[in-house]
Amino acid sequence: MTEQQDEDLQDGPGADDTGSRPKRTQRKMAPIVPPQNIAGRALVFVIAIMTFLSCLTLGAVTLVRDTASVWENQIAREATIQIKPSDGLDMEAALASAARIAGGFAGVRDAKVVDREATARLLEPWLGSGLDIDELPVPRLVIVTIDQTSPPDFAAMRQMLQAEVPGVSLDDHRTWVDRLVAMARTTVTLGMAILALMLSATVLTVVFATRGAMAGNGHIIEVLHFVGAEARFIASQFRRHFLITGMKGAAAGGVAAMVVFIVFSWWSSLNLATPQADQATALFGNFSIGASGYAGVALIVLLVGALTAATTHLTVVTYLHDIDVRHPDGG
Amino acid sequence: MIRFENVGLRYGMGSEILRDISFHIPERSFQFLSGPSGAGKTTLLRLLFMSLKPTRGLITIFGKDRSRISRQELPLLRRRIGIVFQDFRLLDHMTTYENVALPLRVRGREEASYRNDVTELLKWVGLGERMHVLPPVLSGGEKQRAAIARALIEQPEILLADEPTGNVDPPLARRLLRLFIELNRLGTAVVIATHDLGLMEQVDARRMILANGRLDIYD
Repeated sequence: MTEQQDEDLQDGPGADDTGSRPKRTQRKMAPIVPPQNIAGRALVFVIAIMTFLSCLTLGAVTLVRDTASVWENQIAREATIQIKPSDGLDMEAALASAARIAGGFAGVRDAKVVDREATARLLEPWLGSGLDIDELPVPRLVIVTIDQTSPPDFAAMRQMLQAEVPGVSLDDHRTWVDRLVAMARTTVTLGMAILALMLSATVLTVVFATRGAMAGNGHIIEVLHFVGAEARFIASQFRRHFLITGMKGAAAGGVAAMVVFIVFSWWSSLNLATPQADQATALFGNFSIGASGYAGVALIVLLVGALTAATTHLTVVTYLHDIDVRHPDGG
Repeated sequence: MIRFENVGLRYGMGSEILRDISFHIPERSFQFLSGPSGAGKTTLLRLLFMSLKPTRGLITIFGKDRSRISRQELPLLRRRIGIVFQDFRLLDHMTTYENVALPLRVRGREEASYRNDVTELLKWVGLGERMHVLPPVLSGGEKQRAAIARALIEQPEILLADEPTGNVDPPLARRLLRLFIELNRLGTAVVIATHDLGLMEQVDARRMILANGRLDIYD
């Protein structure tokens, strides 16, 4: 206590005269929640890493789903009619008949007989060149191109072919398609489950990181509470800070994930037609996650930001509730 | 203004900290709340501030039954009560001026509308020269006066002060007491929780003595 201050009180209220002092420049009011109180950098890093991993998982799921869809469509585009040779069968007539029957069905774009030369070429890797196809009981094929949007009635086609052409069988690749669809669905389901786990982990990380960062601000919440601030005012003060922090981290993680996908896509296009790129492309497509993938990444970024803000709001409201039920400090 | 009728309070399954507490705090009144450490003075102040709910009994604050006051109503009613904590609870990143202006700021008022009021009040409590310094460089007495100014800025109908002289020397304690008396003279009811008998002897005011969870009143 200085002598001047003692004097102030000695003289009673109102005795303090500051009129002769030079006028101070009005400084901007300090923020109610100082930015340095938010454990900013660590929280931004944690959120960035979790967002990055979530975005990668989402991208991988998108990639697998798109690739599986491409595989499925490629196989479902064609069906094959096979005619086995038998005694007394006029193979050419049977092939023409099968092509005619198949071509007559709605949903069939084309029915093309694989001719002798083409059949010989198909067998060339195993039987060598100069093969006379008539000397061997080789089954012959009719390739049926299908309108994927309205596929034909394969059961009726199969029934009609079997009624009119001996030794015929129709393979609509259903078995393969079904297996691929099952595999693709399993993979996507698995990916979605992993994504759900990643997002859950992100949620919990954000919750704990935000709560940790909030721990150092309890005294501010208490003071605001005791000076009559409404809960929503107090929550808004913290929510704004943490939303900015959360969005910074989420945006950094999302952008990093996008860069990874763009780099892979670029690498894939750069190595086009090389054996390793062909192999990778066969498995994963062209590594492009497409507009929906990028939209998903943006959605995750927004989700994480919103989550940080919501967590902060809930933490503040819970803290305020706790103040009213906490034990007093005695006295 | 505030009325307690057979109020009791316990925490969890423990024994009652406050038992059958009944009293009335009239407008413009002045009273000391005293008792040994751990008697429940702070708890009683928290009940007065609506920071705790009683486990039994009836509390009427500004004509309203405490048990029927919603969470949304609480901040509005608390603005009619000023509270001074023993440990001041000033925010260290804000200047004295900003700390005192905080109750008005949280109501969304523009600074221009209250700048003069805050400055005048700071001068009234003798902190005119210290309004732009941060609390860590204030002395104990200055912090106490800043905390009192913050509690008074909204011109509360009642002021609750928890051991306001606990951290200051006797001369300053006497001066702070004069501040409370002056405030009371201007129309604010005052409740000072203290175990400083010397302080109480300086004023002829009602004494509420808490002991063993029960309250005795000496008018």
